[in-house]
Amino acid sequence: MSDKMHIKLKVNGEDREFLAEPRELLIYALREHLDLTGPHVGCDTSHCGACTVTIDGKSVKSCTMFVAQANGAEITTIEGIGQPDALHVLQESFREHHGLQCGFCTPGMITRATKLLEENPDPTEEDIRFGMAGNICRCTGYQNIVKSIQAAATEMNSAKEAAE
Amino acid sequence: MIPAAFEYHRPADMADVIALLEEHGDDARVMAGGHSLIPMMKLRMAEIPHLIDLQDVAGLKGITVADGRVTLGAMVTQHELIQHQGLADAAPILREAALVIADPQVRYMGTVGGNVANGDPGNDMPGLMQCLDAEFTLVGPDGERTVSARDFCEAAYMTEREDEEVLTAISFDAPAGGYAYEKQKRKIGDYATAAAAVILQKDGGTCTAASIAMTNLSDVPVWSEAAGEALTGTTVDAAAVSAAVQAVLDDIDPVEDNRGPVAFKRHVAGIILTRAIQRAWDRA
Repeated sequence: MSDKMHIKLKVNGEDREFLAEPRELLIYALREHLDLTGPHVGCDTSHCGACTVTIDGKSVKSCTMFVAQANGAEITTIEGIGQPDALHVLQESFREHHGLQCGFCTPGMITRATKLLEENPDPTEEDIRFGMAGNICRCTGYQNIVKSIQAAATEMNSAKEAAE
Repeated sequence: MIPAAFEYHRPADMADVIALLEEHGDDARVMAGGHSLIPMMKLRMAEIPHLIDLQDVAGLKGITVADGRVTLGAMVTQHELIQHQGLADAAPILREAALVIADPQVRYMGTVGGNVANGDPGNDMPGLMQCLDAEFTLVGPDGERTVSARDFCEAAYMTEREDEEVLTAISFDAPAGGYAYEKQKRKIGDYATAAAAVILQKDGGTCTAASIAMTNLSDVPVWSEAAGEALTGTTVDAAAVSAAVQAVLDDIDPVEDNRGPVAFKRHVAGIILTRAIQRAWDRA
């Protein structure tokens, strides 16, 4: 058993500090040390993307990063993207377009989609499917997830135009 | 899912990395993006008492294109390969190949150095680097040396890299002419059933040079000198393509797994190579 490390993270805008073994995977650190149980664990081979969070501007599968590696990083989880009384456009759009059923993939899907739209604000259907390919869903068949992201992109673009 | 415990190191320069490798020998391993090593640790197929994280090590990042020579720092991520306009102009085959590797999240983390140093025949970059005739820079206790990509892989997970060495950079001449990286896979993120990297040059209607390498059809990537020679001097007509395919089939040695039996993989190898040659020729 190795010694615990003093871990400092900035999560959803707040500084968080805790002790953890280096081998703890970031997903477990978020869920068990910080009680951020939105990101989920759907596999043990880095395929499903249910654990996706944003780390220093990258979409990362937090099951494939040790908490030690993330030490000092800035992280956004689904809990930092919107609030129940103030949903992010993507969250509202997933609701509106029935982009979720069981909801288990949804935190990873939406977190990944925020980054996708940041990099490509006007994606084609193909761009969305390819850009979301690291996230597996067992319920929706993806069709409504694509619609949700398309609708969110349209709304975010018109909001941006209106602001300009 | 639960890796064994380890001591974590995050050195800031290569001298400290080498010192840690010398101190701990077989018990230490460097980690780049972690997207091959961590999955192996989670399955306890790798137990690493001393994990050396390279993320803060100076000098391992960056893409340079100068005087027709491309140099990639080992810690350049697949995402960065795809985004880099200078690289897309100088060697567009890199972007084409990187886009069929893994998925967006993995590409933000996984590095080109990790991809080639891993030694898994499923990785796409090793074959591509053989096609490009790339050189790998290795740094160890005795300094720096370079190894040709074509000599680097010895067997599955076995490479020319010594335990106390770190692969720090990859460099190659920007290829002229047409190119293609063609990959058959079962789904996004899968390793290839078969993949082909092709670079060829055209003068008039004649192929003046060709380089061909295949991925995941042996326990190492296969650069087929004979396949390149079969195209050179021809008009890349059906007979020449067929001769190149035959040359590759003589050089590969696929094994049966859940991607299919040997006969199927040999069939797919021929189809994929034919498509890659066609696409490269159209672009030349």
